[in-house]
Amino acid sequence: MEPAAEALSQLTDISSQVEAAVLFDRSGTVAGATLPDERAARLASTARALLEAAEQVREGEIAQLEASTGEGSLFVIRDGEQLIAAATGPEPTSGLVFYDLKSCLRRATDQPKPKRRTSTKRTRPKSSGSS
Amino acid sequence: MLAAGSLLGVGLYAKRGRKREQVDLYFTDGSMVSVAGDSPEGARLLTLARDALRAAK
Repeated sequence: MEPAAEALSQLTDISSQVEAAVLFDRSGTVAGATLPDERAARLASTARALLEAAEQVREGEIAQLEASTGEGSLFVIRDGEQLIAAATGPEPTSGLVFYDLKSCLRRATDQPKPKRRTSTKRTRPKSSGSS
Repeated sequence: MLAAGSLLGVGLYAKRGRKREQVDLYFTDGSMVSVAGDSPEGARLLTLARDALRAAK
């Protein structure tokens, strides 16, 4: 299973509050989602637009945001070039949702450690014996 | 008197349960800004958030 799909699967197992989530990068490319492709792309693009609009409010880089509406809350978290956006119902336990989403983002972006190279014995080519 | 008190209690309970519409922004420097939904900035952000929620649900 892809790291993004595995991280999202664990997220939906752990969190009863997250209704839908999408992992994407700053260019808007979706890495994984709990939604069908078209809706995932729409969620990613609107979440990206929301983050960009929020950055106009005040100078500085936003690490995370929560937009609370009567219909539910939208969370967006950024870790470098990678982002996660998630929807919950109204009045979620924000701290817990942020924690679960950060863990998911970290799991999805964790690169597998490169395997240690085993030393191989090099054999010196035999000299022609003329010297 | 009792009916008026009950009505007031129901009203206060309903108000207590209604979370404000707002956008909380957390910056990398550790600061936080809360944008109220009834401000022009908040309304613009919440419109985008509603669009995103519609895509998600």
